[in-house]
Amino acid sequence: MSTEVARSPAQPAPRREGSPWTGLQAVVAKELADHLTGVRMQILETLMLLTAVGTVYAATQSIRQTIGEDPFLFLRLFTTAREPLPSFVGFLGFLIPLTAIALGFDAINGEYNRRTLSRVLSQPIYRDALILGKFLAGLATLAITLVALWVVVTGMGLFVLGIPPGGEEVARGLLFLVATLAYAGIWMSLSMLFSTLFRQPATSAMTAIAVWLLFAVFWDMLAALTSQALRPTQYGGVAEELAQARLHLLLARFSPNTLYAETVIALLNPAVRSLGPVLITQLEGAVLGTPLPLGQSLLIVWPQFTALVAVVILLFAVTYVLFQRQEVRA
Amino acid sequence: MSLAVETFGLSKRYGDVVAVEDLHLRLHAGEVFGLLGPNGSGKTTTILMLLGLTEPTAGSARVLGWDPTRQPLEVKRRVGYLPDSVGFYDELTAWENLRYTAALNGLSSAEAQSRIGEVLERMGLLEVAHRKVGTFSRGMKQRLGLADVLLKRPEVAILDEPTLGLDPEAALEFLALIRTLKRDGLTVLLASHLLHQVQSVCDRVGLFHQGRMVLEGTVDELRERVLGGAYRIHVEARGLEVERVLREVPGVVRVSRTEDHTYRVEARHDCRAEIARRVVATGELLALTVDRPGLDEVYARYFQQVESQAGGAA
Repeated sequence: MSTEVARSPAQPAPRREGSPWTGLQAVVAKELADHLTGVRMQILETLMLLTAVGTVYAATQSIRQTIGEDPFLFLRLFTTAREPLPSFVGFLGFLIPLTAIALGFDAINGEYNRRTLSRVLSQPIYRDALILGKFLAGLATLAITLVALWVVVTGMGLFVLGIPPGGEEVARGLLFLVATLAYAGIWMSLSMLFSTLFRQPATSAMTAIAVWLLFAVFWDMLAALTSQALRPTQYGGVAEELAQARLHLLLARFSPNTLYAETVIALLNPAVRSLGPVLITQLEGAVLGTPLPLGQSLLIVWPQFTALVAVVILLFAVTYVLFQRQEVRA
Repeated sequence: MSLAVETFGLSKRYGDVVAVEDLHLRLHAGEVFGLLGPNGSGKTTTILMLLGLTEPTAGSARVLGWDPTRQPLEVKRRVGYLPDSVGFYDELTAWENLRYTAALNGLSSAEAQSRIGEVLERMGLLEVAHRKVGTFSRGMKQRLGLADVLLKRPEVAILDEPTLGLDPEAALEFLALIRTLKRDGLTVLLASHLLHQVQSVCDRVGLFHQGRMVLEGTVDELRERVLGGAYRIHVEARGLEVERVLREVPGVVRVSRTEDHTYRVEARHDCRAEIARRVVATGELLALTVDRPGLDEVYARYFQQVESQAGGAA
């Protein structure tokens, strides 16, 4: 048969050929440029800068009164709240998910709606490069924003307090940055997942914000209610209360907000020794209020930190698979 | 002549729905091939399979000797694709949009610079190169799409519904641009449902119906095969016995009078010369034209025949 002859020149290769990362650099560069010059990000970055300046200034005002008493003065810049303002970390907890969602909610459906997807994918790249490029560019944008904020905060601290941060304070601050990046990564990959699932950017944005509201506002209430219902304190004993508190904590830790809050507390407050309920007998011989070395603090939050990173990877993997299986045609 | 594109029983099904069925397509290097048929007849699905953007359910394809399913990067390096109603990043300029395409093709920035200028000039878009694409008209976007295709200097250009949504003048201009591609030695695969519009640029066409390529050949061949060489001649003449004279011309099948002095003649071959001779001998000949039925008619007539055969067989 003539078709059989014509078929022979190149035997079908067993797998697809060529690196899946071809063109990755071009995608990252383009997306990063879009994020950094886009109005959307500029508004959010301005907002973050203003809150950073405001909260840190307020924090320095209250720290000044206790100067000289605290070995970790610089870390107080992040966590000190002064009525009516919350602390810098408190503000970040709100702004970071918002920014991350803004970065990802139209990543994929935006390409469909602008009808650019088939044109871009007809260039010599695999889909892998497109989705990974978008993800990496989003993370890089978040990292740039966070590092800039951190430098602003530290600079303000130097300026107002007049003392340089110690080595351990810098290390704790940087670890805090990494944890925040992981937390932001969760919201970005969630909104990218929704942008793959839903055709309308408005739908994916609203769904991502709804999930965030659920965890930010309602999750802790639900955890408390559920633990009270499942482990009621009928006789008022310690064992009962402990069981209830443990269940509450377990349920609360399904929320990335709880994981992030615990990580941040232990990293920025060296005096924190445990994130769960502690019995008085366990504190025998402990000198309360003394700071832990960095390694010990890191050990405390290691499970939380691992979980944050794992959720990012999981969400991105699901998005990746869904996108690979999608039809190019809208 | 070498083959640029060849498919072997290419098929695509979405569940029970057949999008493309047992397609054997052969494109010679340097020709303009029209993939014609109504919307939803499987044209775009075929194109996506040729680019490796959709996996075929059965069969295989070769594009310039490469397998699009397994070696899509090699295929996409050499094949330019203009999707139907092509889109660009509206907030970027024409130049920036093309620079992204150049980067995705791995061109160095110096090379990209010179090529972008070149293709924009060729498409007549150099003056608007630094305007945001959001302000472009449909026709300008379409030309930018063709610039985007040419940027990688492809050997094969696949154009999906290139004239859709263009006003008649812009459509003609765009078809003229497609003819220049052929002059440069590109192989062009043109998918369209506007049969009458694209038949003039196609060397050969394949007519699609419900996922199958039902007819293939040059426009003249198809006309011959489907319409059996039917010629429709319009005669405008004054005279008493024009109708009788026309009927006696050899090859004429039917004569009907449409207006006072105009007649429609159906004939087996082009017998205009004989008609002229005989009409002039008995009266006054005012006009004589022949209709060459377009692909639309070929397509419609083909399905009438298929249906009547099916009806006759039953």
